[in-house]
Amino acid sequence: MAEQEPGATGTTGPAAGSGGQGEEPIPFMQQVLDSPFLLLFIGVTMPTVFYILWGVINITSIPLAN
Amino acid sequence: MATTAQFRTCPDTGFRIHLAADKLIKWNAVTAVVFLLVGGLFGLLVALTRWPAVHLLPADLFYLALTAHGLDVLLVWIIFFEIAVLYFACSILLNSRLAAPKVAWLAYWLMLVGAVMTNIAVLRGDSSVMFTSYVPMQAAPDFYLGIILFAVGALFACFVFFGTLVIAKQEKTYEGSVPLVTFGALTAAIIAVFTIAAGAIILVPTLFWSLGYISNIDTLMYKVVWWGMGHSSQQINVAAHIAVWYALAAILFGAKPLSEKVSRGAFLLYILFLQLASAHHLLVEPGLAAEYKIFNTSYALYLAVLASMIHGLTVPGSIEAAQRKKGLTKGLYEWLRKAPWSNPSFSGLALSIIMFGFLGGISGVMMGTEQLNLITHNTTYVPGHFHATVVTGTTLAFMALAYWLVPVLWQRELVLPGLAKWQPYLFGIGMGLVSLFLMGAGTLGVPRRHWDMAFSDAAITHDFPAAAFLMMGLNGVAALIATLGGVIFILNMVGTILWGKKKEAAPAPQAAPEPQPAAAAGAYGGAGTMAVPGTFVLALVFLAAFVLYYFVNWKYLASVWGLS
Repeated sequence: MAEQEPGATGTTGPAAGSGGQGEEPIPFMQQVLDSPFLLLFIGVTMPTVFYILWGVINITSIPLAN
Repeated sequence: MATTAQFRTCPDTGFRIHLAADKLIKWNAVTAVVFLLVGGLFGLLVALTRWPAVHLLPADLFYLALTAHGLDVLLVWIIFFEIAVLYFACSILLNSRLAAPKVAWLAYWLMLVGAVMTNIAVLRGDSSVMFTSYVPMQAAPDFYLGIILFAVGALFACFVFFGTLVIAKQEKTYEGSVPLVTFGALTAAIIAVFTIAAGAIILVPTLFWSLGYISNIDTLMYKVVWWGMGHSSQQINVAAHIAVWYALAAILFGAKPLSEKVSRGAFLLYILFLQLASAHHLLVEPGLAAEYKIFNTSYALYLAVLASMIHGLTVPGSIEAAQRKKGLTKGLYEWLRKAPWSNPSFSGLALSIIMFGFLGGISGVMMGTEQLNLITHNTTYVPGHFHATVVTGTTLAFMALAYWLVPVLWQRELVLPGLAKWQPYLFGIGMGLVSLFLMGAGTLGVPRRHWDMAFSDAAITHDFPAAAFLMMGLNGVAALIATLGGVIFILNMVGTILWGKKKEAAPAPQAAPEPQPAAAAGAYGGAGTMAVPGTFVLALVFLAAFVLYYFVNWKYLASVWGLS
């Protein structure tokens, strides 16, 4: 039973690239998931744009009653 | 107990615990439990008032109690406990010292002062504006100021969490990627930052409005931005309690997720899409475009729901894989029959998963569909839904964790272990019934937030069917059962901390200690198997219930909304 997924590293597993076969490149998605501040940026930007800004634009587009 | 200058080694788990983090986790967790007691008692008063035969409180006190209940349990209890979870996940699980303990203490005191200030404002009786505090209802300035201080404190605590991640990486206290539980906590912290920012954007001008410096706050603008905080704060709960699910599965069984990558990808879906679900509170608002509503509540929300279903499959699946590895392989469910059902950490976890999925998850998707939302909007169906998510999902998961965490951190034995075995069932099933009865009454049209469903002194009355009155009565009975469970939990926690028998210190190990099951919570890597047939059968039962309930509601919509 495999304990470690390919390309994954962690507290109980070997560091990336260990194993005697040279340095394995870290997959792109793993690099993204290992970047807390990039995730923070994405996690704040998405709802700010799609929920708040889009909603505010909707409201400000309502014509004023005469 | 081995103690270095800043760390101690837990004899139960082998975790190396930073003493500053230890103290902060304890204070945040204890404060959370105190506010759970206060908020829970206000909740009981609300339920007894909405029980038509009891109708306990007069209208003014009912709205006061409803406001205090919402604030104390939806914000204060949950977020204090979540801060404890964040510090646990970044410091203890990463073997790291906590970044800037002084800032963490400042965060704690800001949160406490803010929570007390808001409670005083509510108890004074001039701020009974309910949790949502929709304008143009106006509360006293200290009501808003208290929430702002609380939010700023929580934001500082998130900064401490992010700072600890940086320190742990720099000081190489772990290799490669952070463990999944810490990644779940990171997801909660990210959602928290957006939540607090949205709260600041709307509550700061509302504070100035209550002080008289601003003449008007647009009601729709308030609702849009406020729900960026109001609903997202509950999404922090979802991310945090799912991190707790993974932690408990690891602690109790040494379980690893079926696929670390898939679970991590599911948390990424939360980071991307979960917060957009706030728009489901706005589905009947004129002035917002259908595209806005449907994108946020359907397309985006469904991706977040997909993530929840992944977690709902992989947590029990990981337990099944761990149990089967230990030889419990007979039939589909030997692993489940022989699970430790009398351990409150496990029974709380199991009930949390089941009720969060079946009651909270399915009803949330139904309500998040624009057309179906019309059947239940602003009825008791809504509190029915979120009592399933926030109480039977989050609160029960946090209680389950507390049964493990409190004896470990305080090194004391539970004072009422016999009652603790029953507590998750009393609380979980009681609150599950509360959710069901509120949703049932809501389906019959009973409005939420209303003091008197009989409309006895109203100029225009309405007669609800007798079944609706029955369900609100049964809701009161179920709330009493859940309250009993809540009181047992609080007695157990407070009693253990104050009077629990001290655990005897373990002798220093002569050889390298055996890895503890709890260490799996701090590890990376999947179980490496998908051979979990019992879990897949349960998942199919869930999907069948989901599809059936969803289409029953379309049929129901067709019957209440004649087109001829």
